[in-house]
Amino acid sequence: MKITEISGTGIPVEGNDIDTDRIIPARYLKEITFTNMGKYAFYDERHDSKGELRPHPFNDHKYDGAKILIVNKNFGCGSSREHAPQAILRHGIKAVVGESFAEIFAGNCTMLGAPTVTMDEREVIDLMAAVRANPGTSIRLSLVHRTVTYSGKTVPIHIADVVQKALTEGTWDSTRLMLENMEKVRTTAGRIPYLNRFQAAEG
Amino acid sequence: MAGKSLFRKIWDLHAVAKLPTGQTQLFIGLHLVHEVTSPQAFDMLREQNLRVAFPDRNVATVDHIVPTASQARPFADRQAEDMMKAIERNAKEFGIRFFGIGDAHQGIVHVIGPETGLTQPGLTIACGDSHTSTHGAFGSLAFGIGTSQVKDVLATQCLAMTELKVRRINVTGRLRPGVYAKDVILAIIRKLGVNGGIGYAYEYAGDTVHRMTMEERMSICNMSIEGGARIGYINPDETTFEFIRGREFAPKGGDFDRAVQYWKSVSSDADAHYDSVVDLNAAELEPMVTWGITPGQAIGIRERMPALAEFPESERKSAELAYHHMGFEPGRPIAGTPIDVAFIGSCTNSRLSDLREAARIVKGRKVAKTVRALVVPGSTSVKEKAEAEGLDRIFSEAGFEWRAAGCSMCLAMNPDKLKGREICASSSNRNFIGRQGSSTGRTILMSPVMVAAAAIEGRLVDAREFLI
Ligand code: SF4
Repeated sequence: MKITEISGTGIPVEGNDIDTDRIIPARYLKEITFTNMGKYAFYDERHDSKGELRPHPFNDHKYDGAKILIVNKNFGCGSSREHAPQAILRHGIKAVVGESFAEIFAGNCTMLGAPTVTMDEREVIDLMAAVRANPGTSIRLSLVHRTVTYSGKTVPIHIADVVQKALTEGTWDSTRLMLENMEKVRTTAGRIPYLNRFQAAEG
Repeated sequence: MAGKSLFRKIWDLHAVAKLPTGQTQLFIGLHLVHEVTSPQAFDMLREQNLRVAFPDRNVATVDHIVPTASQARPFADRQAEDMMKAIERNAKEFGIRFFGIGDAHQGIVHVIGPETGLTQPGLTIACGDSHTSTHGAFGSLAFGIGTSQVKDVLATQCLAMTELKVRRINVTGRLRPGVYAKDVILAIIRKLGVNGGIGYAYEYAGDTVHRMTMEERMSICNMSIEGGARIGYINPDETTFEFIRGREFAPKGGDFDRAVQYWKSVSSDADAHYDSVVDLNAAELEPMVTWGITPGQAIGIRERMPALAEFPESERKSAELAYHHMGFEPGRPIAGTPIDVAFIGSCTNSRLSDLREAARIVKGRKVAKTVRALVVPGSTSVKEKAEAEGLDRIFSEAGFEWRAAGCSMCLAMNPDKLKGREICASSSNRNFIGRQGSSTGRTILMSPVMVAAAAIEGRLVDAREFLI
């Protein structure tokens, strides 16, 4: 599948360094499938200790159906748990726009076909403000043109070339791509010293 | 032309092909597997009718979910038991070596890799766990991956990767007594920030690092990811080779000598190119503690917590949230803060030397009445060795609970958790909100020795007062 453009409404989750423990508390990692993860996104931020709902954008009906999550700096830092993007994506999010992302988190999103794109701090603040003021604001993220368009305004985004290529050309299924090279994998293994009793150490 | 860094050399050796995306298909020399991030990956293999490509380059164990009080099967927690059954079945079905409960090699994946000699210089190592950076202490490229990537490695023994830049961090000067590797890495993260390492591999160098034991080096590399760097490594040297010699999975006889030649050859050249170089004088460091909700929010135990005005505009909100969550006041000293729980464990600091150092303080003293204290060895082998030295008795007599190996209170996936607003002095690596199992619980990161001192006093103290 090729992913070239994502359109929809936005949902802002403000704050720097929002870590994976906040995105999905570890106790929900005890399930051996990802099926239910959508229910647990930001669980502890959305519920108080009695399980009552707390104010949080993910609880706020005005953002229902949003496809584009808007965040600040270093979003998704912490653990490698793919449960974090799984939770967000299974909640209905298709793309994340922010100031910066932790690497493992961003990589996990790519593997799942969801772009994480960055914009300058000022632009993120403006987009968040626009969505807060009017949650119905429709946002169009173009991976081809590397832009975000909303309220008649078009803003440049940054996305790594490899990620852009993988998503727009539909080559983000890395398993498939790599399986095609298994012959080369065996050749490489044949020259790696520790796989060959270090006989090739001099080479 | 400039020489090559260790990163460059190992990367080039393991590069299989350029993918159409522009990424590199990188061969993975060792894949470590644990119970939490693997079941979905094995399911995907089954769904797509795939096998494990190189079964003997994959090793599995259990650590995150295992209870550490009683490890009798079936576990009381049904979900935990199901997860155990899943990894047992997967390891068997796909022909992967598995260190389960009761095996001397069972333990936290980042403790057992080095301990068994599986972790060696010059390897690429991946694991569905962000603290895989720990193994970089041996001069390997080791990094955490997500579950879909776990599937990639199982199916192809490869990952699609984008190259990283390399930042050399020169740490120089003699550490003062009572100051440890943990304090050095907390100081590095404080200096460079929790996202300073995004896009980089960190190469730790300098005389301070090269004087360190392997266990200390592992504590440093372990927390690279807390600084945003997916990979942290140290060039291998005699200390590295001697640590590996004689371990179960280490090369033997003539192989070992040839291995050392290879290991030496992957070290960064003296004139290697770095994308960035940072210096840190470690001679001045104090024992460090965190006051907030990221590992970068750290200060010396004798310092005051920073005033809000000291933060740049963009960090002020995070700082406010941190103070709000912790219930601390900007500008106040952190020493003297009462604690409820003391936790010595985790892949950062649960090795034999950590327990020995902490026991020096604990010996002949009692844990404060208000404190619940536990020691959780990183592996079954660490536990057995510590018991042979009598460390378990020193801790038990002082009032610490002596547990079996696992991740325990580092994260909330097993029965060891904080309750309510409890404050925990912890030798682990993450002080994120909710990390230790209570959404209102609070974590203060520090060295095991500082945890031991806090347990005895019932509040944060400068552990050096005990060491003199
Ligand atoms: S000890 Fe903590 S950080 Fe280390 S692997 Fe276990 S849960 Fe992760």
